[in-house]
Amino acid sequence: MLAYIIRRCLYAMPIIIGVNTIIFFLFFYVNSPDEVARKILGEKNITQEAVDHWKREHNYHLPLFINNQEQGSAKISQTIFFKKSLGLLWFDFGKSDRNNIDISSQIKRRMKPSLLIALPTFLLGILVEITFAMILAYCRGTYLDYVGTIVCISMMSISGLFYIIGGQYLFGIVLKLFPISGYDTGWYALKFVSLPILIGVVAGIGGDLRFTRTIFLEEINKDYIRTARAKGLPEEMVLFKHCLKNALIPLLTTVVMTIPFLFMGSLLMESFFAIPGLGSFTIDAIQAQDFAIVRSMVYLGSILYIVGLLLTDISYTLVDPRVRFE
Amino acid sequence: MIRVLPTDIFIFILLASGSVFILSARRREYWRSAWRQVQSNRAAMVSLFLLSLYASIALIDTIHFEDKNTGVTLSLLDVLATPLRQQVEKTYSAPFATHQYIKEGFSATNGTTLRTYPRLIYGGAHLSSSDAKIKDITLRVIKAVTQGSIAAVVLAGIILGSVHSFIALFSRNGSREKERNISGQSVAYTLIISFSITIPLALLIQCSSSYHLFGTDKIGNDVFYRSIKSIRTGLVIGSVTTLIVIPFAIFLGVIAGYFGGIVDDLIQYIYSTLSSIPSVLLIVSFMLLVEVGEEVGDIAWRADRRLLSLCLIMGITSWTGLCRLIRGETLKLRELDYVQAALSFGVNRLKILFRHIVPNLMHIILISFILRFSGLVLAEAVLAYIGIGVDPSMESWGNMINTSRLELAREPIVWWNLCAAFFFMFGLVLPANLFGDALRDALDPRLKS
Repeated sequence: MLAYIIRRCLYAMPIIIGVNTIIFFLFFYVNSPDEVARKILGEKNITQEAVDHWKREHNYHLPLFINNQEQGSAKISQTIFFKKSLGLLWFDFGKSDRNNIDISSQIKRRMKPSLLIALPTFLLGILVEITFAMILAYCRGTYLDYVGTIVCISMMSISGLFYIIGGQYLFGIVLKLFPISGYDTGWYALKFVSLPILIGVVAGIGGDLRFTRTIFLEEINKDYIRTARAKGLPEEMVLFKHCLKNALIPLLTTVVMTIPFLFMGSLLMESFFAIPGLGSFTIDAIQAQDFAIVRSMVYLGSILYIVGLLLTDISYTLVDPRVRFE
Repeated sequence: MIRVLPTDIFIFILLASGSVFILSARRREYWRSAWRQVQSNRAAMVSLFLLSLYASIALIDTIHFEDKNTGVTLSLLDVLATPLRQQVEKTYSAPFATHQYIKEGFSATNGTTLRTYPRLIYGGAHLSSSDAKIKDITLRVIKAVTQGSIAAVVLAGIILGSVHSFIALFSRNGSREKERNISGQSVAYTLIISFSITIPLALLIQCSSSYHLFGTDKIGNDVFYRSIKSIRTGLVIGSVTTLIVIPFAIFLGVIAGYFGGIVDDLIQYIYSTLSSIPSVLLIVSFMLLVEVGEEVGDIAWRADRRLLSLCLIMGITSWTGLCRLIRGETLKLRELDYVQAALSFGVNRLKILFRHIVPNLMHIILISFILRFSGLVLAEAVLAYIGIGVDPSMESWGNMINTSRLELAREPIVWWNLCAAFFFMFGLVLPANLFGDALRDALDPRLKS
């Protein structure tokens, strides 16, 4: 098992390096530091001196790969590649382009509000979708199942923005149950995060429930279920004991994949509800064209994806004994 | 003078490849039986009808030419909807309103300032007083329904008559009488379809010229016109994005799956690296960096170039899934008996690829094309909110939602902007989902057995 995990981690290395290369290529090669400086400083009437000054302040003045003006190891270490891109590998995100704030400490601080919304949304979502999927699977072929499927397709055809804007209007303005946006620390946060969680769960139901229902239906048509029924087990027993257990395997693999992304938070939800999490951090950086932050978030997102893939593989081997390590 | 914008070319390519596909698929029993199955699904057929309505509006909006007087690029739809386009009010007005939604100050004759809701410049301007509005609208609706019904019957008659004479002209003498006659069912369907085209059209023509059906937005533009104009943007993003990547995905997926070895490893490495970057963030970084620099052409041209680059970028970030699917399917097909047989007969490997492998991948491509469509249309709105969507000067549902997202919070609320955008978006995405589902059920061999 350990050997498998180690091997799996080693497989991830080339991909991490590949991601880093793509980021480097996009952010420093396609877009030259001069252009970055001009964008940050404002496009019009900017002198070359101001651009150079800004570049020197933010270490963008260095050459890309090899610095011929330096001696020895500094030849390589005093370059954009070494200072800005290689550092990502050990999570040294550096400072942001605009306000010179330390990105790593921002990420650490903003992770908690992000998790506070993403984790309950995730858990509640799973609970709701499994419950409803069981109900639909129990009533398969009936009118209820048909209506449920139609409702699911309709719900997944509605834009996510509609759920957010409509939810804010309904619960925040008309019913005045929750504050429309904002954030507080400690237990006061509950007041602010409950609406985003509610909306997040409702917005996700359509697509997820349909997916879960398919899994349950696939499982319910298998031979061992027929055997269980033939033995005379009541339908509830078949559903809860046999079907649920086995349907959880394919479910688990998709669920594990999303766990790492909980740290990233939700871009839309956080920015609409003004939650100081990583999602709104990213959106703000995009709108302010702060390339250092965007770069860091792209890298962080990719790492989390790779971790998710890793966890999925490992959990699969743990849960399903048919999968071998070879 | 006709003008061709960059995305127009892609829409024509899409049309051409779609027709070639349909013509060649008609001869294959596999596709015909799938089509029969889709036909028996009523929801799918209604969806197909709605989708073709959207598509025809987008097509009308695709034929561009230069306006002689002003030199700006206009589309056929712009010309057809000239009153909608030019009847710009001052600011917000509710659907079918005769008065503005916001009070304005007037200096009365005796010197005092009066604050009232002024009459709209165009909306209901023909009415002497706003009390006559209900009566006027009812009259227009009755008129529209009568005109629409007459037109529907005429239209259905023309369609059925031409089909009948067409069949009579081309059918062989020996064919049975039953085949030559048109069944009562197809008469009913033709009538239903023509009614559902002509009556809404008549209602539109009757009402939209003198009212704002969905009200006006902050700067007085007709919301209905904006929603209609957005259809093309949504369809382009949903379809051109996938169209661009299909050749690459097929090429890379097939050679990876068929030849295996180091080529396979390399291609797998490329797509697993690209797919590990979260797609929204990848699109963001591309859009931030690759911005259209030089200012050539008029606004429409620039906006269209931005739309194309958005499609391209969304394509780059989304080809990996399709490529992986195709690779997996090719791996399976390669081991099948008939491919092995062809190989042992000494058939050229390239020939095997084009004869036996690629045609058998078509259903996967078609399914993913349609299922991807709705996701892309929805993604456009999110990208517009983040600020990296289509050009602000281009009409799109995303831009409409983005500019009016705070309108529900204002007092009194303005709901028609958001509702119109969401409604039209839903009207495209839901049929696409339903039709895609029906098509997948019909084509997926796994479910067929």
